[in-house]
Amino acid sequence: MLQGLRLTVAFEDTLALDAVNLTVHNGEVVAVMGPSGCGKTTLLRAVAGLQDLDVGTISWDGRNLRDVPPHNRGFGFMFQDYALFPHLTVRGNVEFGLRMHGVDGNRRTARLDDVLETVGLADYGDRHIHELSGGEQQRVALARTLAPSPRLILLDEPIGALDRSLREHLIAEMRAIFDHLEVTAIYVTHDRDEAFAIADTVAVMNRGRLIRKGAPQELWDDPRDEFVATMLGFSAIVDAKVYDGWADVGWTKISSDLEPGEHRLTIPPQAIRVASNGPTTGRVLRSTYRGGKYNVEFTIGNTTLQASTNDHFVVNDEISFHIDTTGVRRLDD
Amino acid sequence: MDRHSSLTTSRRWGIALVAVPLAFLAYFFIYPLATVLVTGFTSNGNIDLEPLRTVFGRDALLNVAWFTLWQAVASTLLTLLLALPAANVMARYEFPGKRLVRAAIVVPFVLPTVVVGSAFLALLGPQGPLGIDLRQTIWAILVAHVFFNYSIVVRTVGAYWERIDPSLLEAAQLLGASRSQVFRRVTLPILRPAIASAASLVFLFTFTSFGIILILGGIGQATIEVEIWRQATGLINFEVAAALAFLQISGISVVLFLYSRYQERRAVQFRHQPSQSAPRAITRGQQIHVVGNLAVMAVLLGAPIFVLIERSLRSASGYSFDAYTGLGDQISGLAAPATTAIWNSARFAVVATLIAVTIGLAAATVIAYRRGWLSRTFDALLMLPLGTSAVTLGFGFLLALDAPVDLRTSIWIIPIAHAMVAIPFVVRTAVPVLRSVRHRLREAAAMLGAPPERVWREVDLPLVTRAALIGAGFAFAVSLGEFGATSFLALPSNPTLPTAIFRLLGRPGTESFTSAMALSTILMIGTATTVLLIERFRRDTPGDF
Repeated sequence: MLQGLRLTVAFEDTLALDAVNLTVHNGEVVAVMGPSGCGKTTLLRAVAGLQDLDVGTISWDGRNLRDVPPHNRGFGFMFQDYALFPHLTVRGNVEFGLRMHGVDGNRRTARLDDVLETVGLADYGDRHIHELSGGEQQRVALARTLAPSPRLILLDEPIGALDRSLREHLIAEMRAIFDHLEVTAIYVTHDRDEAFAIADTVAVMNRGRLIRKGAPQELWDDPRDEFVATMLGFSAIVDAKVYDGWADVGWTKISSDLEPGEHRLTIPPQAIRVASNGPTTGRVLRSTYRGGKYNVEFTIGNTTLQASTNDHFVVNDEISFHIDTTGVRRLDD
Repeated sequence: MDRHSSLTTSRRWGIALVAVPLAFLAYFFIYPLATVLVTGFTSNGNIDLEPLRTVFGRDALLNVAWFTLWQAVASTLLTLLLALPAANVMARYEFPGKRLVRAAIVVPFVLPTVVVGSAFLALLGPQGPLGIDLRQTIWAILVAHVFFNYSIVVRTVGAYWERIDPSLLEAAQLLGASRSQVFRRVTLPILRPAIASAASLVFLFTFTSFGIILILGGIGQATIEVEIWRQATGLINFEVAAALAFLQISGISVVLFLYSRYQERRAVQFRHQPSQSAPRAITRGQQIHVVGNLAVMAVLLGAPIFVLIERSLRSASGYSFDAYTGLGDQISGLAAPATTAIWNSARFAVVATLIAVTIGLAAATVIAYRRGWLSRTFDALLMLPLGTSAVTLGFGFLLALDAPVDLRTSIWIIPIAHAMVAIPFVVRTAVPVLRSVRHRLREAAAMLGAPPERVWREVDLPLVTRAALIGAGFAFAVSLGEFGATSFLALPSNPTLPTAIFRLLGRPGTESFTSAMALSTILMIGTATTVLLIERFRRDTPGDF
């Protein structure tokens, strides 16, 4: 089990990591998600030992890792740009870690074949790195990381450089490999779909702080924090006055069981039911057809909302809808 | 990891890496050069502009400056005219044997100037296959310059041309541009920085042309470079030679400045990716274009080399190896047997290579791994020898290196001069390779369980070794063929191959001529082999040359 306590790293006058606490249990895959510059890569490098901490401790099964250099931590690291050795073949890259750990002869060959098989590159051993496509290089990097069987795998946006369709494919493959090998991992990404697809637990970071941590569904059902909501893709955020069991957002009232007073709410697309007899009417900004439905963006008052519907709207159409109260989330604590 | 100890050792190393190249450069480059300039501008410790006034006052010397300039312009234009279509062929067409052509095309550029001079003397002389005597005409000089610089243009412009995304041209076509419009409006503007940088290199090389002019030029055909040599060694007029060297350095500085500006712009633009597109059937016109250019290449590059070898095998009784087997004997015109020259060239090249690789790699390490002003200053400083003519360097050695130790009569001075000429090449080839050892790779190795010393052995060392080997190859080839500086420093009793060849070419008679051809052939095989070996090594290595 990895335990990071009050992890703090200062770069000149900014805090890249600000008292971050992070626990990763054996067999758990934690996705650390946040915008660029939020400190997620610094967190990963600090855990690896590639970045010195200014404050805080990192321990594995209760043992403090402060004086353990990166090469003795038994962790694996997969770099965003892969950092494959240009002077070695695929085989040379993948068996590098095995050689460093003194695995030799038949055992090394067996492990090499095994790992290359796992990532689907069984016949690629003798290829040169520069002969490989981006997706193949990604697999080699993964194989190289997996080969020495590290007790914790650290992945820094490992598929960020690839195109969309390949990413979706690889993330599913990686998840299957992680499940199969019961890997413990920290996976850094800025992409929500990636984080949700790979992780048991998602941690959201902003400006060096870890803001929220929880299972994907937990975060989705109750983002609680405005920044977390934005990261999850909830774009419609409104201020509401709550009184007498109603939340007044200015352009409509939604029944609410919140305590009276000022609140911030988000109204996600799945809380909006488009219906011609709906009590509220907005004006359509744009409509895109995606995944068998129309994704309609429309304004009401000075709020922009999104809805998913089977009906086709064109720009400036009126759109009527009602709001499913159970879908509305409050953001303030 | 014990950070403190690794920091102090690396600091000590760091100081050595900066200090050693700096000291070498200071004593063997800046000091001799400064001495040349001081000689040109002072007499008895007072500032004296008389030598410079002499240069501008004497018609003969002004003619030298004028000839230097116009022959360089003419050579550059002629080279572009012949080489640009070939660059297009190499970049845009596939044909059998392309890789061989690509490798063979480099050979002329790395051939020693003395060899090129010999080859054209044989080709354009009265006994040549053309049957006309073009020796001592401007045409011999121009054609030899084209031969020499053809590959610079084909390689630099071709490499750039290859990377222009064909879909750019297709886009222009779909927007209604005709083929010639596509060329003028899209291809040419994109290529312009590459053409300009290749052209300024060609201009630089022909502006400072020495060996070729000395061998092929007639009366009144001297570049500043040749005139410096003549004034210094023939007329013992050091002041005028020094003033000419100043003129020369000024001219080169201007060209180098323009060149570096184009290089910067090229760096910005050099991001086009080749796209995979299906090869199209080529038209009859394109076939003629490809075949025609390959034919020009074969004649231009092949004929001089062929004639050189052929002449080396001629003897009174038909063809024989007499000229080669006789190299151990006393040949009239040489103070020592020609085999001495071969032995000298070989051992000087080994020593020069060792020096150049040591100094060059140290400097390259500083340039590649340090950031900021130190790296930039070093980079600029170590390019200076590239912009200074070898003749000026040799002249500077002759003037300056008499104290504290008189190195001028030492045999070591020649490999040191060669190393000085080769260092910029070593640096230019090693820096990109060293830069490819990114810090990321060391981190990756550490994360895979490699302790620091193992990281160095497994990641840094293999890449550094490769850089060193490539640099060594260049240094070896440069040293073998160096003539400009050596012509000041090699004593007649202890010649190198180029100085021996030059002496033999200056002698009348078939015997010395055939011996010169034989020595040229040997020198050519030596340099060409070295360079082809490098080419094999650097197939997937970044580099500048």
